[in-house]
Amino acid sequence: MNVLDFARAFFGDGAHWHGYDGIPTRFAEHIGYCLEALAIAAAIGLPVGLLTGHTGRGGNALAFLATAGRALPSFGLLVLMFIWIGLGLLPVMIPLVVLAVPPILVTTYEAVRSVDPSPVDAARGMGMPETRVLFQVEVPVALPLILSGLRTAAVQIVSTATIAAYVSLGGLGRYIIDGLYQKDYEKVVGGATLVAGLALVTLAVFWAVSRLAVSPGVRRGGRG
Amino acid sequence: MNGFFDLPSDLGQSWLGLVGLHLREALLPVLAGLLVSLPVAQLCVRFRWIYPPVLGIATVLYAIPSLAFFVVLIDYFGQSETTVMIPLALYSLVVLVPAIVDGVRSVPPETLAAAQAMGFGAVRRYFQVQLPLAVPAIIAGLRVATVSSISLVSVGMLIGNQGALGNMLYAAQTYGRPALAVNAVLTIGVLGMLADAALVLLRFLLTPWMPRKGAGR
Amino acid sequence: MIRIDAVTKRYPDGTVAVDRLSLEIPDRAITVLVGPSGCGKTTTLRMINRMVEPTEGSILLDGQDIRQQPVNTLRRSMGYVIQNAGLFPHRTILDNIATVPRLLGRSRRQARDRAAELMERVGLDTALAKRYPYQLSGGQQQRVGVARALAADPPVLLMDEPFSAVDPVVRKQLQDELLRIQEELGKTIVFVTHDIDEAIKLGTRVAVLRTGGRLAQYAPPAELLSAPADAFVEDFLGADRGIRRLSFFPSADLELQTAPLVRADADAGTLAARATAVPYLLVTDPDGRPLGWSEPGRLTAGAVDREQLLDYGRPFVPGTDSLRAALDGAVLSPTGWAVAVDGEGRAVGVVSQQVIGEAIRAAHGRVAERAGEAAGR
Repeated sequence: MNVLDFARAFFGDGAHWHGYDGIPTRFAEHIGYCLEALAIAAAIGLPVGLLTGHTGRGGNALAFLATAGRALPSFGLLVLMFIWIGLGLLPVMIPLVVLAVPPILVTTYEAVRSVDPSPVDAARGMGMPETRVLFQVEVPVALPLILSGLRTAAVQIVSTATIAAYVSLGGLGRYIIDGLYQKDYEKVVGGATLVAGLALVTLAVFWAVSRLAVSPGVRRGGRG
Repeated sequence: MNGFFDLPSDLGQSWLGLVGLHLREALLPVLAGLLVSLPVAQLCVRFRWIYPPVLGIATVLYAIPSLAFFVVLIDYFGQSETTVMIPLALYSLVVLVPAIVDGVRSVPPETLAAAQAMGFGAVRRYFQVQLPLAVPAIIAGLRVATVSSISLVSVGMLIGNQGALGNMLYAAQTYGRPALAVNAVLTIGVLGMLADAALVLLRFLLTPWMPRKGAGR
Repeated sequence: MIRIDAVTKRYPDGTVAVDRLSLEIPDRAITVLVGPSGCGKTTTLRMINRMVEPTEGSILLDGQDIRQQPVNTLRRSMGYVIQNAGLFPHRTILDNIATVPRLLGRSRRQARDRAAELMERVGLDTALAKRYPYQLSGGQQQRVGVARALAADPPVLLMDEPFSAVDPVVRKQLQDELLRIQEELGKTIVFVTHDIDEAIKLGTRVAVLRTGGRLAQYAPPAELLSAPADAFVEDFLGADRGIRRLSFFPSADLELQTAPLVRADADAGTLAARATAVPYLLVTDPDGRPLGWSEPGRLTAGAVDREQLLDYGRPFVPGTDSLRAALDGAVLSPTGWAVAVDGEGRAVGVVSQQVIGEAIRAAHGRVAERAGEAAGR
């Protein structure tokens, strides 16, 4: 049997579509974890990134923190938090947030830093208060890049949230972990396919958001 | 007994031994990924139409959880280091190809025109102009690939203790010694940061032509 | 009036950008700050709207220290135009221009109406209103920049090398446009440039700064050309300042000769009568527009061969053009005579290099006389 056969068998089995271990339930759980982690990471990464990017200070400290955050192993953190805190959502959220903050933080910082200085100078020269300079000039111009940082973080969270199953939580990782222990490769492949699918959906959502939120004056030529 | 760096005997390795194993399991795939990604990236630069589909496949591959990869590969390579390293090489490839393509593409057209005007052939132009100028972008990709590879090796613990330093996580749970988990997380984190710093240093050495931070105005 | 009083800008690393500079910038005129890079001209400009704070000294606007009002209130009362325009890439042209009125609390509708009005004033097609900056040429973007600076009708306009990044043809158009707008609106304009020609063309007064932020000379452009304060200013003005200075002498007083003018359809008698007056005749068409020069002997009544005529160079309009244009016309003409035309391009006379030379000497004499009177007072 090859991977495609496993996938076909998994999705063809009606039992996988119902109940607490059914695809809809696991999908909803997975999305729930991801949204929560992304929201927390954005709540930390965006303000700090915007502020440091706007003032242009703290770039080195930021780069160090981001590297440290990236270097910490998500799976190791999960196990450690599980040992320390025990069962629950918190041991899962901590590694996911640690994983997602660096790309959001660094990209937001770089995005604001790399805004063409002349509109910003013009805005100040016209007497715009600093908050308006940030939110009405820098953020709209930096938005495509800021969104790409959030997108990277979101895709990584979607893929990594599977580790929640290791500490007895749900989500799409359930199929992969259970499949591993039950030597049921159908489940593993099915779960992996669902995760990859969700990642594609995430990309599509970000594409749509950037279509709606980014000004046509900024969008041209840029990717994403 | 039970010092911070003393490990249970069933791990079969000293702490330093695990560090060596971890680095090998993490870095070999990155190297393999780099070797494969250079020609792939060059193809993508040459034939522009290949790049979007390649990028699409890369995104999907990157989104597949490492554990799922490991499990499927057990069938072919058993619970071995190879099983851990193949997905890591794939992830590296997926990170490096876009980095190199963007790097090579960002070489200013006037530079290439100048090289061509001076009589550089395609091969010479690639090795003497495009590749050196793309070094910063390639290193940036290598940094992401290396750090994530070092971090992901630990997941290999789930497939029959193939996670090098990650195996300490399992021992931490079975023996109820959280210090082992702390040790694993910190060691892996520090290894990642050191590797990152080494790559930054490498870029400094390879690109003496780049303006240094703080120099000039 | 803006009064810059013994202002110094010293940066923490010890560099002095502006060194005890004092300037009085008159109302409703264009004051140009010009100098080589590193002379502190941009720093000086940016101190006027407090984008840079002086280390020492003070700046007074209508007698009041600019530090006495809130910084953003001050900035909103001064238009600010920079190189590359600095337009907001995410806003339409109309919304870019409406920025300051919106900041001042005007309604969106009012601000947009005002913006549309300004687009016309600076010579922009209102069809561009919904476009984004990237869809405009460099020259158009710069016009938007000027319109945006004028939107709240500020009494003061600060312009920092606004036309440096556009090509020479467009630059000339923008300069002419600025002079036209200034004639209509009469703003107090402070204009920074590194281009001495631009300074001389636009400036009512020109301040030449030297490296290190010290004032070398502050004078009207004609005076700058006739009496540069020192070797630095003279060198900065360039080699042909004598010629350029002629731009400030009117050509209205030139004595024109009408005898050499002859219409192409003139009869033999007229031709013979004119032939004695000058070595060359200027042949015109029946409406009086010049066609070209000819030796009298080569002309046959009723059969003028236009191909045989000599080029007449570039004509000048007495009263509108300067002595520089007249001299230029004379130099370009193969006969050494400049052709004077009226507004419709009809020849009104010709003038020789010799006469222009006398006029130049007379004009110099008048300037020296006036300078003497000023000194004696």
